[in-house]
Amino acid sequence: MTKPMVTVRELSIGYGKTTLLRDASFEVERGDIFVILGGSGCGKSTLLRHLIGLDTPISGEISIAGIGTPRLEGAAPRFGVMFQSGALFGSMTVAENVAFALQEWTHLPPEAIDAIVRAKLALVGLEGAAGKQPAELSGGMRKRAAIARAMAFEPNLIFLDEPSAGLDPVSAVELDELILALNRNLGLTVVMVTHELESIFKVGKHCIMLDRETRSIIARGEPQRIRSESDDPRVRRFFNRETSVPQWQ
Amino acid sequence: MRHTQWLPLASARENRAERSGGAAQIVSARVQTTKERHLSMVDETFDRPSLVFDERLSLVAGMLQRFTWERDELSPSRTRIQLGGQITIDDAAALWKRISETLTHIDEALQGIEVELSQVERIDGACMALLLQFRTDLGQRKVRCEFAGGSKEVRRIVDLYGGRKKIRQTRAKRRPVSAVAQVGDATLNVIEEAKQILDFLGRLVVSTLHVARHPKSLNLRDVGLTIERAGADAAPIVLLINFLIGFVMAYQSAAQLKQFGASIYVADLVGVSMTRELGPLMMAIIICGRSGAAFAAELGTMKVSEEVDALRTLGFLPLPFLVIPRMVGLILLAPVLVLMADAIGICGGALVASLTLDITPVSFLIQLQSAVKASDIVSGIIKGMVFCSAIALISCQQGLATSGGAEGVGRRTTSAVVGILFTLILLDALFTVLLGVFGI
Repeated sequence: MTKPMVTVRELSIGYGKTTLLRDASFEVERGDIFVILGGSGCGKSTLLRHLIGLDTPISGEISIAGIGTPRLEGAAPRFGVMFQSGALFGSMTVAENVAFALQEWTHLPPEAIDAIVRAKLALVGLEGAAGKQPAELSGGMRKRAAIARAMAFEPNLIFLDEPSAGLDPVSAVELDELILALNRNLGLTVVMVTHELESIFKVGKHCIMLDRETRSIIARGEPQRIRSESDDPRVRRFFNRETSVPQWQ
Repeated sequence: MRHTQWLPLASARENRAERSGGAAQIVSARVQTTKERHLSMVDETFDRPSLVFDERLSLVAGMLQRFTWERDELSPSRTRIQLGGQITIDDAAALWKRISETLTHIDEALQGIEVELSQVERIDGACMALLLQFRTDLGQRKVRCEFAGGSKEVRRIVDLYGGRKKIRQTRAKRRPVSAVAQVGDATLNVIEEAKQILDFLGRLVVSTLHVARHPKSLNLRDVGLTIERAGADAAPIVLLINFLIGFVMAYQSAAQLKQFGASIYVADLVGVSMTRELGPLMMAIIICGRSGAAFAAELGTMKVSEEVDALRTLGFLPLPFLVIPRMVGLILLAPVLVLMADAIGICGGALVASLTLDITPVSFLIQLQSAVKASDIVSGIIKGMVFCSAIALISCQQGLATSGGAEGVGRRTTSAVVGILFTLILLDALFTVLLGVFGI
């Protein structure tokens, strides 16, 4: 039996004096599309920051591919990350963004790097945008370029923070399809944070749901099964889009 | 007992209706009756001898509204306020005035107020918000307030703004912070900032050692870019400012020195001041304004747009990659800019000496040679390099500490510039004392 791609044991996270999640444990299997979901302010993005090593947890353990909490800097990236805004480097072109880590961490000649960059941009449907500045791209294109940058180093794990947030429905569906294609064709393990129900049901194979009040995981499993089987009113409210504010007439 | 307060002035209503075109038809028979009452009220108001003109005017102005506010005292403990007409944002000031007046004259026996809305033709969100605030304020005085009646449209607005909900207990207002506490907080903030800068300096030293061991890890592209932007692009303004400084200094001292027949010493004054003090200081102030602010804003924007995080996930250390190149760039260009500043400042002084004191450029240069020592120039260059290090350190630290979006970037940029200017003056004073102690 292969080891899980991501293992989290009794993790407590927060910022300042605020604890967002207490003693959370879960595993992400290889080849999974694992969704971290929950309402606004429940700590989804903060959990993601801890998983990728940007923040230090209060307590608990995170291991990626059997290796403990990764030290990010000073080594080639072991996984790809796409931030909510894309976070492309504004002073570089799209192609330079994708080539950036390859130039630093490989000894490939520029021509070989160019070939890889072209292939990665074609993979995300941005062949014609290589020479553009990030500011010239639409929101959806920026996110696809960020995925291309995250994929540049051939990772087998990628973290996505709110991939479809702020996108029009067509761009959101395109991005979901891209994620599915990468997972299906490359066996890529995907850990994504979202609260978009369409995305969760379309791409999510497994998920955990965080709750702001109890600061814990209140549901885990396959999204469809959670929706149909969970008795927890908080889970049902989330999946059935029930609101606590009055219905406007 | 029934009081009718602040009834609408019908002429104002007609004027408004005329402006809005055709809406004058809404004036009903009831309003016509009210109109007569208004006119008599206006007359009465102006006839009251106890009021000065301003008071009368303000009373009449309060009547320029399109709504009615009628108050019925049903019993000592219960009052009904019947609202009518159109209550929109145009009337919000008048409505707020009625609310404030009602709140200031509440009897202790009063337990409930019913706000009757059945006569209201139209109410908008702004005025509904005022009525809700009225209800909240009454609730705090233990007076129950309810909204009753109203057309379907009016009730929609009431429901939308939560007029049917129970009043939430509002949080107690924050107590104002005393001046002593504010000074204390500000002092603690300064100490905290200083600690953060020292912490940043420590991490920078470690990163510099790392770069020294692995020179290839230095981001040379940004070193070149910094030299170009902070050096070449800043050169014209550095030259102009220092020329003017030398010019002004010579001009101010010329008259004084002439009185004592010591005109030639203008060369000493300008030469020593420019090389030891003003050349490096003015250069640093310009670099602070141009590059210090730019570094803080640039890194701050990168921080809030998650670019710094993205850099880390790609395996790059922010300090060697972003900070050290900027610091190296500034340190490398400091000697060049200081020498340029010294030279042009002295040229400004020589021009004044030539024009106003009849000292030829050759005499000025001969005197300058005897006055300015190599140690003056070298100490100025070292000063400039230290100043540039401080600029890079503080601006990059502030930039990387940014949080809170665009507003945070602005705040950190301002902090960076203020912090740098303070540090420059402090370092200059330290240099002056140290150089004096060592006789340099």
